[in-house]
Amino acid sequence: MKTLIKSGRLVDPANHIDEKLDILIVAGKVAELAPNIDAGTAEVINAAGLIVTPGLIDMHVHLRDPGLEYKEDIISGTRAAAAGGVTSLACMPNSSPVNDNLAVTRYIISKAREQGSANVYPIGCITKGQKGEVLAEMGELKEGGCVGFSDDGLPVRDGEMMRRALEYANTFGAPVISHAEELSLVAGGCMNEGPVSTELGLKGIPWVAEDAMTARDIMLAELTGAHLHVAHVSTRGSVELVRQAKGRGVRVTCEATPHHFMLTDDAVRGYNTNAKMNPPLRSQADVDAIRAGLADGTIDAIATDHAPHHSDEKNVEFAIALNGIVGLETLLPLTLQLVAEKVLSLTQAIALVTCRPARILGIERGSLAPGAVADITLINPNKEWTLDAAQLQSKSRNTPFDGRTMKGHAVRTLLAGTTVFER
Amino acid sequence: MDFQQKHILGIENLTAEEITFILDSAESFKEISTRSIKKVPTLRGKTIINLFFEASTRTRTSFEIAGKRLSADTVNISASGSSVVKGETLEDTARNIEAMRPDIIVMRHNASGACHYLAERLDCSVINAGDGMHEHPSQALLDAFTIRQHKGRIEGLTVAIVGDITHSRVVRSNIYCLNKLGARVRIAGPGTMLPPGIERLGCQVFSNLEDAIRDADCVMMLRIQRERQGASLIPSVREYARFFGLSEEKLRLAKADAIVMHPGPVNRGVEMASSVVDGPQNVILEQVENGVAVRMALLYLVSGGETLSHD
Repeated sequence: MKTLIKSGRLVDPANHIDEKLDILIVAGKVAELAPNIDAGTAEVINAAGLIVTPGLIDMHVHLRDPGLEYKEDIISGTRAAAAGGVTSLACMPNSSPVNDNLAVTRYIISKAREQGSANVYPIGCITKGQKGEVLAEMGELKEGGCVGFSDDGLPVRDGEMMRRALEYANTFGAPVISHAEELSLVAGGCMNEGPVSTELGLKGIPWVAEDAMTARDIMLAELTGAHLHVAHVSTRGSVELVRQAKGRGVRVTCEATPHHFMLTDDAVRGYNTNAKMNPPLRSQADVDAIRAGLADGTIDAIATDHAPHHSDEKNVEFAIALNGIVGLETLLPLTLQLVAEKVLSLTQAIALVTCRPARILGIERGSLAPGAVADITLINPNKEWTLDAAQLQSKSRNTPFDGRTMKGHAVRTLLAGTTVFER
Repeated sequence: MDFQQKHILGIENLTAEEITFILDSAESFKEISTRSIKKVPTLRGKTIINLFFEASTRTRTSFEIAGKRLSADTVNISASGSSVVKGETLEDTARNIEAMRPDIIVMRHNASGACHYLAERLDCSVINAGDGMHEHPSQALLDAFTIRQHKGRIEGLTVAIVGDITHSRVVRSNIYCLNKLGARVRIAGPGTMLPPGIERLGCQVFSNLEDAIRDADCVMMLRIQRERQGASLIPSVREYARFFGLSEEKLRLAKADAIVMHPGPVNRGVEMASSVVDGPQNVILEQVENGVAVRMALLYLVSGGETLSHD
């Protein structure tokens, strides 16, 4: 079985490629990259006018499976991924039951293999039950396919526990992903603390709740020499803490979400529950800092924190609405927006959603060198379209970008050479 | 003027003209409450539901009396507690109530934005009787009415508001209202009770009561919630009273003819000394009286009544 992707502009930052090259796929792998490859018996995909990239990687997704399938499941979540051009995703362990044991890890991996439209890499819990009390069996989880560890949604409150988690995870070569939040400073807040929270009369979450925990975890990474990955940085301070830590050689990486570089807490006005997430949308200065962090390499990945919720969980008073928004299907256009606004080069942007997250997770994806698995996304960068939440592949509709005009989308997504989505 | 607002969700989205129009309308309603037969047929056949998710005596009674004096049928619903965990959602509660075809729902709720939420989903008029820490428009209007009654104007006056600014919906509505009408607003409270960016709403922020009330025309004291004590906002009610309570002596810093206001209920000896509560400068009961007139005006205006018929 041969497939030839013809006449596209190949952008593969892992291999420093940005030129018009054909890609010959044989048996699900990249066989050859060259100009004007003869089609022979191969099926031809005409990519003229399109950008061709390694399949996108979203390293922060909530698939809600097992247990919360009314919000999303592995089938719908990976279908949403494919529609967004995402071929690989890491799913957070806060399902029900949580992914703190091999049985859940195996369930996720096998269901994704059998019925999914994307590669799913589970993130295991740091602590059993995400309770922060006893380490999860990271060795076995890693062996079973987990690529990192996080109690995402909850911070590890106890400093000693976080230290041991970093040391222990490092034994098995896996990163610990920190949901950096000092809960004593969150103190019941439901949006960013600032003039908007004051005006709306909503309890605010100050930036220091994130920065304080980010600082602690970076210092613990420095102490232990382990790899810390800071999830969804949202504040100017967090970006600066990571920048400084990298400067002195600490093994720290971090990600930012599209909503944190596209929106400010102004979006909450009108008590819009689709603008409620954790960490919350911050100020313009924070947005600017995240953009600067993406541009100078401080931030290693763009990840969506795709967090589907049922409309009943959002269609309530702001203070009691659940946190989070769906993101898989808007990752690409919002990332390309940074290219349009000249914050990033196209190569930088693609690297942030391909090879750089792959490196953090230690997965063999995000590259189209000959021999690589042919996970490929074909992108029409100029297509203008309007997001209609009702049309999303995800089971959930909770997005603040509903009705927004976007530019660029995936027109075809290939998983190991097989088309899993086509527009 | 034509009053176009269907809902009264907050002062923020009212214009100075609309506020003045409401206050002027309230003037004419005030007289009704002084008659021996305190009832006019203006809203006869209209149904008003007072939907209160938080305990309230003053505001709920005031709205109820306002409705009754206009001959509307008023129904009170006290929904216990918040809708956080059990029971039906706010939307379902509201839809069920709307199915009984009220003309106006007056709602108090502990969640900021709850009245906006309701107004977006229902066809009837919604009046905000206090939503979380956000707004309490009828209180600000009755405060403005009372100030105007005493000072003959609002423009150019200095109004000091002292207390727990962070948790006060009364403050936010008053800042909007007084600014729109041309007054200068000062606020004061301990640092734990001053929210970030409050000055952007249009006020000058003070960390002590004395500076805030010096030469003020009007001093408004806020109720201190005793449960805030020990919640790391204030060490004790005793200390709060010492630094932020209004004594007769401190009151002398304000203008000699300054009026003293309070949205009630008063904690005697905490935010105000008893001698101030009972003193000659207090207008607290007038605020309560005016509350009925202002709420009559609001009910009348959102009903879209074209002609003022008092007979």
